[in-house]
Amino acid sequence: MKKATNVAREKLVALGTCIGKLTHTGKFRLTIGALDLLSQHAKYKIWVKPSAEMQYLYGNNILKSGLGRITENTPAYTGVVIYSMSDIPLGFGVTGKSTEDCRTMDPSGIVAFHQADVGEYLRGEDEI
Amino acid sequence: MARVQNKQAGAGSKRNQDPKLKSGPNLKKMKGPSSNGKAVDSHSQKHQQQTKSVMSPTKKGGVLSQRKEHTLPAGKTGFSDLNAKWLKPAAKKRKEEEEEEVEEDEDIELIGDEFPSDMMEEDEEDEMQSEEDEEGDEDNDNDDDDNEDLEALGGMDQGEFEEGDIKSEDQDDEEEEGEEEEEEEEDEDDMTEAERRALALDRFKRKQAEAAAKEAASGDIDTNIQDVDRFVLPSGQEVEAEQAAPDLALVQRRMKDIVTVLENFSTRREEGRSRGDYIQQLKRDLNLYYGYNDFMLEAILNLFTVAEAIEFMEANEVPRPVTLRTNTLKTRRRELAAALINRGVSLDPIGKWSKVGLVVYESKVPIGATPEYMAGHYMLQGASSFMPCMALAPQPGETVVDMAAAPGGKTTYVASLMKNTGTIFANEINKDRLKSIQGNLYRLGVTNTVLCNYDGQELPKVLGEKSVDRVLLDAPCSGTGVVSKDPTVKSGKTQADVWRCCELQKKLILAAIDLVDANSKTGGYVVYSTCSIMVEENENVINYALRKRNVKIVPTGLEFGREGFVRYRDFRFHPSLKHARRFYPHAHNLDGFFVCKLKKLSNLKAKESENGKIGSDEEDQDDDEAPAWAHDDKPGVAGGSQQQQQRKKASKETGGDASASMPGKVVPVSRPKTHPKLGRKASLNQAHASDWKGVDTTQYKSEHTIARKSEPGIVKAAKRELLEDQKRKHALREQKTRVQRPKTEAAKLSQQQSQVPKSGKPGSKAAARSKR
Repeated sequence: MKKATNVAREKLVALGTCIGKLTHTGKFRLTIGALDLLSQHAKYKIWVKPSAEMQYLYGNNILKSGLGRITENTPAYTGVVIYSMSDIPLGFGVTGKSTEDCRTMDPSGIVAFHQADVGEYLRGEDEI
Repeated sequence: MARVQNKQAGAGSKRNQDPKLKSGPNLKKMKGPSSNGKAVDSHSQKHQQQTKSVMSPTKKGGVLSQRKEHTLPAGKTGFSDLNAKWLKPAAKKRKEEEEEEVEEDEDIELIGDEFPSDMMEEDEEDEMQSEEDEEGDEDNDNDDDDNEDLEALGGMDQGEFEEGDIKSEDQDDEEEEGEEEEEEEEDEDDMTEAERRALALDRFKRKQAEAAAKEAASGDIDTNIQDVDRFVLPSGQEVEAEQAAPDLALVQRRMKDIVTVLENFSTRREEGRSRGDYIQQLKRDLNLYYGYNDFMLEAILNLFTVAEAIEFMEANEVPRPVTLRTNTLKTRRRELAAALINRGVSLDPIGKWSKVGLVVYESKVPIGATPEYMAGHYMLQGASSFMPCMALAPQPGETVVDMAAAPGGKTTYVASLMKNTGTIFANEINKDRLKSIQGNLYRLGVTNTVLCNYDGQELPKVLGEKSVDRVLLDAPCSGTGVVSKDPTVKSGKTQADVWRCCELQKKLILAAIDLVDANSKTGGYVVYSTCSIMVEENENVINYALRKRNVKIVPTGLEFGREGFVRYRDFRFHPSLKHARRFYPHAHNLDGFFVCKLKKLSNLKAKESENGKIGSDEEDQDDDEAPAWAHDDKPGVAGGSQQQQQRKKASKETGGDASASMPGKVVPVSRPKTHPKLGRKASLNQAHASDWKGVDTTQYKSEHTIARKSEPGIVKAAKRELLEDQKRKHALREQKTRVQRPKTEAAKLSQQQSQVPKSGKPGSKAAARSKR
């Protein structure tokens, strides 16, 4: 990083990988670049069925019908990392229900809210 | 036989007249197990006896047209059954051909006969007995076959065989084959007529091929056929007419014809048309068919042979296969391949030369939108883009600069080779393309890269000279190697475009070399690559770098690819340029590419000759490190720059002759060839007038010529200096001895003795000896 100090401020475009952005009010929002780091240390994971994979990658939330697996004892409204059935990290989000509630849910209920997914690399190149 | 009949009777073929024959190719019955065959056999024999008197005893091609008995005559090899006639072991045709020639006329005089086959048989028998059997056997087979088929097709090609050896053979053989065909065909009765025709056609074609082979072997060109097929260039009027409404199929055929003519120009040319005419027409056709402009055609025809040029253009019409590179930071090739195959992609490893490449044949899902792609497991990349990164071979922990990084394929490959360690500076001058690099860097999980937005030439100032270990320069170029991706290159590029790219590339490569630290422990390499096939942008730029900086070319480490040009038209390059590699779409199925790896030898920049001295210390150091090729002798091409100065200085000190001791440093330069009559100066003036308009050409002339013109007395001045220097030193020495003389005798003696070895001059030695 020290070497990057050579580069002038206007000319410096990127340094390493962007994990998130700071907002006006000082909040730090994670973006998709953080996925690599998160997936290494994720405590709660959700696996998505292949049929619902593409849906999630388009930016939709995960419904019960698309849920493959979920780690035990996941509380509601916690951050989860979302994987495909072949253990490829697809993105991250927030749970809508806890694990027990998921079992009793109807198929169109939202299991996890979408926050970031790898499809953004293709959809939103400008925003990265 | 049919031929003979046609000549005389003018009526239909044999099959119409011979009651024995059926219509169609099944004209003759074979001698064989069938009852009909037997009948024929006896019948024919009867006829043989009858007609013996009619036929002349000596028949043309006698050996060929001999009829065999059931058993082999004594001493003969081959098949012992009836098939021996037409089932011959090969060879010895030519002898029979010659023999046949003699008897051609006699055959023609034969009167049309209802049973010509019988006559033939008789003759054959005669000849068989009269001449050697072996030869006849072998020749008969082929000729029999020939005639069979000819008759089968109604003898339509008889005209072509009027002249030459083969015709005579065939005529004979037709007659004698009559019987054989019958026998053969009888066995094939259950085949439909169409099948028989097809069979006959096959046989005919085979014989044609054999006949052609014979011709080629014997060296006689069948002039009749040749006349029919001889290629004629269209006249000026035809050309104009064609431009109105071109027929592409005709154009393509004509191109092929021109290529064949050019291959064997002396024999196939049309009288009165020069080679240039053919090439002109070819260029017109190529322009029409493929759409290349004049400049591109000129360039391509200069780079390749004519046939290869067409292959190149043909390959440019087709896109190269889709290839992808596994991102080893996140996955392995095997796992990725398995995952993609599960999704319905058919792919294969790209080849032995790469461990990370995969080539995609077809795919049910969009290959650029699979979850694996989005997770950064692979990158869609042209296979030729692997080459410069493989050549660069960056080691983990190094500092590397990628001077023209968009869209980031090579940068990410370098990062994965370095395993995300060390530092990469990815630079891109174009703001719009920066986003794509950014996206790719993030997606593939590359964390060791700094992305900046400079002009590549400024980088040495920004990052500091001699600061990095390796530099990858994938220079902006004219794009003549990737025509399949961008067809506008075919018609849009001109010589000026190429020279403009060349200027920029030269500046960039010097900047790249300056960035590198020659004393780096692990590196000191620059890899220069372009996606162009033009020599001006490739070897020429490297050559320039060799002249201007202290670098040398090293092998790229790539196993395949064609060697770079060492000379091209009137360019002359350094011989080590053969280590550079060129790739072509038609030869390697890669995009056109050029890769060259340079090693920086010292951090010195070579200054121009007006400076004279660069500092003796540095020069001495450089002497040790001097590039190996600096000692190459190239007669007639004298060099400039620091080596020259070094040698001059060294020569002054040793007392040698300044001008003579220059072992001609190579200064490869684009210089026009001397016209044999006009001489060097005229050539210099004439050459490349249009190409060089508006371009400052002093940098393309050798230092020698520049020096000669601008400072005519430079050599004389050097000589003068040297002489003065010598005088001075001599005077000094004399002074020393004179000063020391008035000392004691003993001291004098010892001094003299000691002076003897010191002075080293023959004169002084003699003087010392005489003194003693």
